Amino acid sequence: MRLVTTNLTYKEVQPKLRELVDTLFRTVPAGVGSRGFVDASRSQFKEIMTYGSKWCIENSYGWTEDLERTEGYGRIDWAEPEKVSSKAMERGIKQLGTLGSGNHYLEIQIVKAENIFDEELAKKFGITQPEQVVIMVHCGSRGFGHQIGTDYLRIFEGTMKKYGIEVYDRELACAPFQSNEGQDYYKAMACAANMAFANRQVILHRIREGFSKVFKTEAEKLEMHMVYDVAHNIAKLEEHVIDGHKKKVVVHRKGSTRAFPPHHPELAKLYKETGQPVIIGGSMETGSFLLVGTQKAMDETFGSTAHGSGRTMSRAAAKRQVRGEQLQRDMEKRGIYVKAISMSGLAEEAGFAYKNINDVINAVAEAGISMPVVGLKPVGNVKG
Amino acid sequence: MNINNDRKKYKFLEDVAIADVAYEAYGKDLNELFENAAMAIFELSANLDTVDAKEKIEFEFENDKIENLLYDFLSEILFLKDSKYMVFKKVKVSIKENKKYHLKAVLEGEGINPQKQQLENDIKAVTMHMFEVKKEKNKWKAVVVVDI
Repeated sequence: MRLVTTNLTYKEVQPKLRELVDTLFRTVPAGVGSRGFVDASRSQFKEIMTYGSKWCIENSYGWTEDLERTEGYGRIDWAEPEKVSSKAMERGIKQLGTLGSGNHYLEIQIVKAENIFDEELAKKFGITQPEQVVIMVHCGSRGFGHQIGTDYLRIFEGTMKKYGIEVYDRELACAPFQSNEGQDYYKAMACAANMAFANRQVILHRIREGFSKVFKTEAEKLEMHMVYDVAHNIAKLEEHVIDGHKKKVVVHRKGSTRAFPPHHPELAKLYKETGQPVIIGGSMETGSFLLVGTQKAMDETFGSTAHGSGRTMSRAAAKRQVRGEQLQRDMEKRGIYVKAISMSGLAEEAGFAYKNINDVINAVAEAGISMPVVGLKPVGNVKG
Repeated sequence: MNINNDRKKYKFLEDVAIADVAYEAYGKDLNELFENAAMAIFELSANLDTVDAKEKIEFEFENDKIENLLYDFLSEILFLKDSKYMVFKKVKVSIKENKKYHLKAVLEGEGINPQKQQLENDIKAVTMHMFEVKKEKNKWKAVVVVDI
């Protein structure tokens, strides 16, 4: 999940919204079998697996400052491309710079005055005025990470007996962390995480190009700074206090996201005093939130919070309630211009298929595991 | 749901996996079961009326467990989609049992072209959640959940 600001207001963007969304729809490929614009060779792809966002910056896909605004500086340093199958590489090599489908999206959002909950923090995160336009991107390592998952799921299936592990659901296949299989997977998974950071980084590059073209102004002048980029499907070795003792543990954030408090050693200087920006995505109709990590999350939830609103309705049920074309028209009437590859895919993502994002935000705020800073309303959306 | 000659090929299951897509596939034998399980994936990926069977891809797999064979077979379809940029329309499977199960598959489809085909879900992975292959009376049934 990645959030980027601009110094544009809705008033300035609204007349060009259609052109902007159409441009991004064209330049950030989405949907089934889309090919990315980064034509990486096998050796380059190995560098991407190893260096993540850092590779992108070195190859002119972004600004140096983007790195300190990315979880772990956009690079996990225990990645080992040798632990990734050639099949996974073949599947992922052309996907760098693609959005995917399902619940992945690229969204133009606006800040409403009534949705600024912490003005001081908002300013520190780059949200400086009501009606400000921001961009949110939700996507990951695409087929590459899933192929790694598929490969290791099959490996673990075959080795669980050896380690005397039984699971209730075969999808939970696993291996001891210190075993060869466990370590191999940990290193391969890091390659997927790096590819995901890199994917969002090159997409950001395209977003900056798109804005720059439509508004005939350089991205730097549009102040298109990243607020943050945070993973939400990842396992990491971290230090946590358990029963009064510091311990190194593997924190697996799946369907959750990191929410580190102020002064956490893993935070970049930029956010040392504020705490980590946290991005919680809602449905394409209702909006998303920018929050901040807290000490309570550190104390109670291993520095983690919710990552999105979560579905309440199956995809098939959503499709029965609304047709994609109808939803697209309805949303446009409400000022949200959506461009999608698949109309049925669009219907599956309708707002009513998701939990109320406000309930989710209230719950995490009440629990104290992250605090709302700004609410963001969608006005334009690109979907696979 | 897809009905053909009054016999169900596969059925999408609702509210089993809310964020994913679950389905049951059926077949009078393993060949038909595998073919129908693949057809469900084809249908999830694109409107098949807009896909032509222009190119053939053949592959073989071997496994001593029938469930793993189906998992590998379906995963291969996703792999081919992303590595060969293809969507598929037809499938022919031939499974022989001789100590191990040996599968030969022929897929027919064409290169992805969003201008021509109506593309739907970019399926990310076949999961092992609830994954099952079993024989019920005189027909085979599989339960598959794919990550969308």
